[in-house]
Order: sequence, then structure tokens, then C-alpha cells
Amino acid sequence: MFRFVLGKLAYLVPTFIGITIVAFGFVRVLPGDPVLLMAGERGLTAERHAELSAQLGFDRPIWQQYLDFLGRLFQGDFGTSLVTKKPVLTEFFTLFPATLELSLCAILVATLVGLPLGIFAAIRRGSWFDQISMSSALVGYSMPIFWWGLLLIIFFSGVLGWTPVSGRISLMFYFPTVTGFMTIDSLLSGQDGAFTSALSHLILPTIVLATIPMAVIARQARSAMLEVLGEDYVRTARAKGLSAWRVVGLHALRNALIPVITTIGLQVGTLMGGAILTETIFSWPGIGKAMVDSISRRDYPSVQGGLLIIAALVMTVNLLVDLLYGLINPRIRHR
Amino acid sequence: MPRPGPAGFNHNLKGNREMKLLTRLATGMVMAGLLGGAAAAKTLVYCSEGSPEGFDPAPYTAGTTFDASAKPLYNRLVEFEKGTTNVIPGLAESWETSADGMEVTFKLRPGVKFHSTDYFTPSRDFNADDVVFSFERQGKEDNPYFSYIEGITYEYYGGMEMNVVIKEVVKVDDMTVKFVLTRPEAPFLANLAMDFASITSKEYADKLAAEGKQADFNQAPIGTGPFQFVAYQKDAVIRYKANPDYWGGKQAIDDLIFAITPDAAVRMQKLQAGECHVAPYPAPADIAGLKANADLNVMEQAGLNVAYLAYNTSVAPFDNASVRKALNMAINEQALMDAVYQGTGQPAKNPIPPTMWSYNDSVADDGYDPEAAKKMLEEAGVKDLSMKVWAMPVQRPYMPNAQRAAELIQADFAAVGVKVEIVSYEWGEYLKKSTEKNRDGAVILGWTGDNGDPDNFMGVLLGCAGAVDGGSNRAQWCNEEFDGLIQKAKVTADVGERTKLYEEAQVVFKREAPWATLGHSTVTMPMSKKVSGYVMDPLGSHDFRGVDIAE
Repeated sequence: MFRFVLGKLAYLVPTFIGITIVAFGFVRVLPGDPVLLMAGERGLTAERHAELSAQLGFDRPIWQQYLDFLGRLFQGDFGTSLVTKKPVLTEFFTLFPATLELSLCAILVATLVGLPLGIFAAIRRGSWFDQISMSSALVGYSMPIFWWGLLLIIFFSGVLGWTPVSGRISLMFYFPTVTGFMTIDSLLSGQDGAFTSALSHLILPTIVLATIPMAVIARQARSAMLEVLGEDYVRTARAKGLSAWRVVGLHALRNALIPVITTIGLQVGTLMGGAILTETIFSWPGIGKAMVDSISRRDYPSVQGGLLIIAALVMTVNLLVDLLYGLINPRIRHR
Repeated sequence: MPRPGPAGFNHNLKGNREMKLLTRLATGMVMAGLLGGAAAAKTLVYCSEGSPEGFDPAPYTAGTTFDASAKPLYNRLVEFEKGTTNVIPGLAESWETSADGMEVTFKLRPGVKFHSTDYFTPSRDFNADDVVFSFERQGKEDNPYFSYIEGITYEYYGGMEMNVVIKEVVKVDDMTVKFVLTRPEAPFLANLAMDFASITSKEYADKLAAEGKQADFNQAPIGTGPFQFVAYQKDAVIRYKANPDYWGGKQAIDDLIFAITPDAAVRMQKLQAGECHVAPYPAPADIAGLKANADLNVMEQAGLNVAYLAYNTSVAPFDNASVRKALNMAINEQALMDAVYQGTGQPAKNPIPPTMWSYNDSVADDGYDPEAAKKMLEEAGVKDLSMKVWAMPVQRPYMPNAQRAAELIQADFAAVGVKVEIVSYEWGEYLKKSTEKNRDGAVILGWTGDNGDPDNFMGVLLGCAGAVDGGSNRAQWCNEEFDGLIQKAKVTADVGERTKLYEEAQVVFKREAPWATLGHSTVTMPMSKKVSGYVMDPLGSHDFRGVDIAE
């Protein structure tokens, strides 16, 4: 097991170096110039432009800037945002808990709903339940997030008045940030109703963000389950006279879970993408929206730093998924 | 993207409940806090459109940032009178300009206190040291606060040429400050009323420097303004409370909250649900529905802005004024108003908006006359002309939809036999490429006034100084007669005389037609009917001084 983990880790090093290049290069390949964006319609004279560029270090050759970036990185310095002038790392971890909280809720909901949905659809293949749930999954998968979010707000917040329109908690609650998770901080604050408020603010964004992963998980669970149900050992188990519950629960499910776990792991990337739109609609102060803002302002340090941390996190999750495989399916470990 | 239908949703009860709860809770807190104090705390919630970049107004240029910093937290030596661009006393009680216009001396307001917060308690009142510091930190490289955070620049200070105009800021005595200038500068006072010229506390700056916490100057602000800073949760909420010692008297509201809500449709939903009291920048399509809502009051005002199509006058055949004039006459401006501004704009004929002083209303617009335009093009010897029209990729306050505007212009020009290709670039790239001297094509762009001075439009956008690579004169238009007039106006102190010069300059502008003037937008500001005392700012800021809210 130890060698297995070590082997996986060895892969990460070159990948990470590759990512630093991509993260550094990506935002610089885009046309546009942060200095000009700061000036706006006013424009800049060539001298002033050169002066500002020099002040920000953009006048040096690109490879020098990259090496400088790498050098600072090894000292744990991710640079300073061009816009807010604050350290990128501080900015990132101020916002990240909001994204993490929402993503965790979304992946939880997506799994808890999507997995049973897929499994039952497989068991009752061809039934009305199968057909309805799988076509809903297709609709969910194809749903434009922005439109879906607005639709939910208009119906549940506007017409019915059941949920708040946007934000993380009612403005009447004000307490210091401890963990950055609003649900936990609201409990810690001890203020009456704060937790309920935080929870009610989570409902709509969670549904919106969970929709696509839920659909993917349900469809994946169904097809994996169908495949396993057709295997010889399942037929044998059935022939032995085991109850349908034991056949599905014990023999089929565990094997069907392997591709499903891969899928859930891969959804972390999807969540980051979905978070960008979900956060914008629900005024959710997370990292997805902040990254888009940074890109549109060509805030180089924030973009490259943010990309790097996100990539590192996705890599970590994928590593954990790989390790989880090993636990579920010993064959993978020994290969 | 579908937006919520205009006449859609009833004002729902949930939001009201929440606001009531909020008031009740606030009441409870005040009761507990003040041991049975008399009145409930009044809280105003403003759904702002974006996050401030920081709370020091000097290094930034975005209106969103000034709304959250300069307006609530700080004062200037002179200020714009609410709802106008008239300059009135602020932290300076009076001022005097020397006969040659080279020195301006300010008498400061005594007894003004900087905010007392849990992170700073001032030991002295505002004085001349604060004024000198506030300007030197932006203009003098040896000032310790010139680069107090990595990568900081003072874009507005340079942009308004303060580094050129100000020779020296001199403390005459504790309550008197003298600005020594390098040349007479008529818009100087208006410039000092701008947000970047906010007065900051030298005592606070020194304290932070001694503790090595200079960055807090931008994050835990101290000013003299009507509100003081309480907390900022990034991208979510900014909290302020009324400054109890404000020199203009304590505000009627106790707490001011900015709930950051970037999406326009969601902002309007929040307003209608009662989750906020004031929300800026509705989408044009939503305005009718907001007006129909009995709980809302929708204020409107002509914005101090202009949208234009700038020809490149240094390239043939656009170097010929009658070609430019002919093209202007081919544009159906009313169609543009209907399709692009959708009732939130008015046609433009001058480079400055009608609300600005010196606007010359006697200038006749080109008029929509495609037949005459065709003829004029023929006379100028222009045949089978094809050109590019640049359309901005973004929505700006002065131009809701440049792509559609470009399409209309394309059709209008086609009607007079001019073929148009529409081009666009990423916004930063667009700004850059549009300033290139040999740019191919006419460019759609615009401007929002900084200080209400005509020079801020005509000087910046049409002066010879800007007609260079990278300059702000997108028409690359350098007309001696026009430039002479505005240069003269810039150093003339007498407003009556300046007005005449600018009026004359507008006549030259219309005759030479370096731009097609496309429109001035109307700014719409929906708010709850409970809000009173809100005055729209022609300069486009959002200022909650003097605002009250009914229970």
C-alpha cells in the first residue's frame, strides 16, 4: 500500500510543475493588458504605460518573470493581487471556505440523490421509474446553470417567498469568521436563528450546483449497476437462492461503485466550473466568481495563484480517489 | 439569458418578514446595549453591484470602489453639492485664488474629528498636516506612503495631471494650506472635489507605519466622513455605522450595509423581496416592471456621459469633414434610442451632456437625411467606400449594447452605399487598439464625467494632447481652432468667459464632426418607498449622506 501511495505521489511532481507553467502562461496568452485596463477609457501615454509596467515588473522578459514567480512560490509567496493589493494566498483562503462549503453540500446532495436513483433505475430497468428518472437526469445535465438558478430564485424566492434570494446568511446576523463555513460559524456564534438562516441560504445554490453532478452520477450508477447485474457471479449468487437484497447490496453494489467513485471524484472539477456561475447568481462570496473577476481584470498574480491552488486541490482529490479504489478493489493496489 | 418578466412578481411577504425581524432584532440590541435607549437602530441596506478594490480611494479608479470608500468614509477639501456638480466647502471652509491663478489658499474647518474605532482613536482634530500628507503621498516619491503596498499606483492623481499642476502643498499654519501651482488651472477646484483627493489621517498613517502595518491603511480605513467602517467580508457584505462626531451632524440612519450582489436580475429580485432598500443598475428590460411596483420608487436622471462613434480623422477619406458629416447624417439616431437605449437615453448633438454647464443648445444637430448624405458623399468623390465599425464587447454606463448599435449603424451606412464590417476585441485589447494612431475604422466608445467640468470631456477626449498613440482622443483629431479655445478656457478663471469659449468650441466640433454623437444615457435608481432623502449624483456615484428610512 505504501509503495502504491508513493508511486501515485511521484506522478504529482511533474504534473505540478506543468501546472505552474500553464497557470503562469494561461492568463498572459490572453490578449489584454492589466495596466491599460486600470486606465480604462482615459487611455495612457506611452511613457506612463512604461512607467507603470516597470513598477509592476511586467517590463522584464517573460522567462525572468516566470522564474521569479517560481522562486517566490517555493518560499510560499503567491504574490500580491494587482487589484486589491493584498497577498493572493490570503485572498484565496478568505473566499475558499465559501466555495468548499457549497461544493461539499452539492456533492453530498448529488451523491445521496443520484446514487440511489441510478441503482433503482438499474434494478427496475425499463420501468416507468427508470424512464422518468433517466430522462430527468438528461434534462438536468443539459440545464444551463444561469437560467436554472434564476428560475429557482424567481419561483421559490419571488413567488413563494420560501427561500432568501441570495447571500450566505441574513444581514441581521453579524459574527466573526472562525472556520469560514457559515453553517459552523453560525452555530459557534450562538445567535438564535443564525444556523437556520445559513441553512436556508444554502438550499437553492446547492440544488443548482448539484444538478449536473447528480445527473452524471445517476446515469453512471445505472450503467455500472446494469453491467454488474449481468455478470456471471451475480447470476451464480441468484442461483444460490440469495435474496434479491443481498445480491444487489452485497455482490453487485460494491463492484458497481468503482466507476461511480471515479465519476464522483471527477465531479470536483465540474463543481469548480459550476461554482463560477452559481456564485455569481447567488452573490456567493466564493473563489469561482473571484477567479472570473481576476481574469477579466487580468490580475495576473491572482489568476496564476488561484489556478495553482485549485489544480493542487483537484489533484489531491484525485489522489484520494485513487487510494479509495485501492481500498474497495484490492486488485488495483497490486497491479 | 431570460430575465425575470417585467410585470411579474408580487412584493412578497417573506422579505418583509425578514426586514421586520431585522428591525426587531436591531431594536433588541439597542435596548440591551443602551439599557433601554429611546429609538430603534435604523439600518439601510444597499445592494451594491460589485466589491470595492480597497478602502483607500487614492489608488483606484472604479466608481464601485469610491461608493464604498470615498463617499461614506471620507471628505474632500471641497465637495460637490449633492445632486449637482457645484463645488462647495468641505473640509475647507473657504479658499482664495491669487490674482495670477498660481496659488490657491484654503482655510480649514476647525473641530473636525477623524473616526474613533476599535482599531484607532485619534488624539487630535483634523489639521493642515493631514492635507499635506494626503497629497504628498500621491505625488512625492519620497513620501513613505507613496508605495506603501506592493504595486500601488495613483492613477487618478496622474490622470488629472495633478503631478504636473501641483508644484507644492504648503502648510501655512495649522488651519491654512496653500497649493502652489505650475500654471493657472481652471478645473483645479473641481479636481479637488474628486474622490481620489479624499483627506486621510496622517496620525493614523504614522501609527500604522510605526507598527509595520501600512497595508491596513487600505483595509481598515479612518476618515472624517459621515459613516465609519465596521467590517468587510470579501465579496459579501460591507458594514458601516453612522459617525457620531460627524462635523455635518450625525446621520439619520444608524447602520449602513452594502450587500454585494453582482447580477442585475438578482439585485432587482432582492429589492422586490425587501432584502435591500436601494439597488443600482437595473437591466433596461426590467425598468417597466420596477416602475409598476407600488412599493418601489424609481428615480431617473440624465447621466453625465456621452457615447460616440469616433472616426479616425488622420486616415482618408475620414480626414475630410464633409465625409464625416455625411456619415453622421446617415445615422438614424431615434432608431438607436429605441433599439439600444430602450427609453433610457436621449439623443446627443454635443460632446458634453445637456446637464453640464456651457452646454450649447443652439447647436443644430446633423439631422437624419440619408438622401442628402448620399449626395454629400458623391460630391466629396467618395465611391464604394467600405469601412470598419468597432463595437465594444462590454456594456458601459453610457452604452447598453454596442453590438446592436453597430448593427444599426451598419444598416444605416449601407443605405447610403457605405459597406461596414463590424469588428470587436476583448475589452482591454479594445481600449488599447482603439488608441492607435493608424487605427482602421471608426470606434464606438464613450465617457462618464469625473468632476463636472467641461474640460474633463472636451479637453480629455478631443484635445490635441490626446491625439497621439495611446491617447484618449480616439478621433485622432487635432483642430487648431478647437484646441485653442479649450486651452484658453482651461486657464481662464471666470466662469462666464469659460462658458463662452466652450460654447464656441462646440460649434467648431459640430462643424468638423470628428465624432457621430450617439447618445447620453439616463441613469435609473430603483429604491423602496421607505427611503427618503436620496439624491441622485450626476457624476454617477451612490451617496447615502442625508438619507433616512421609515420604519
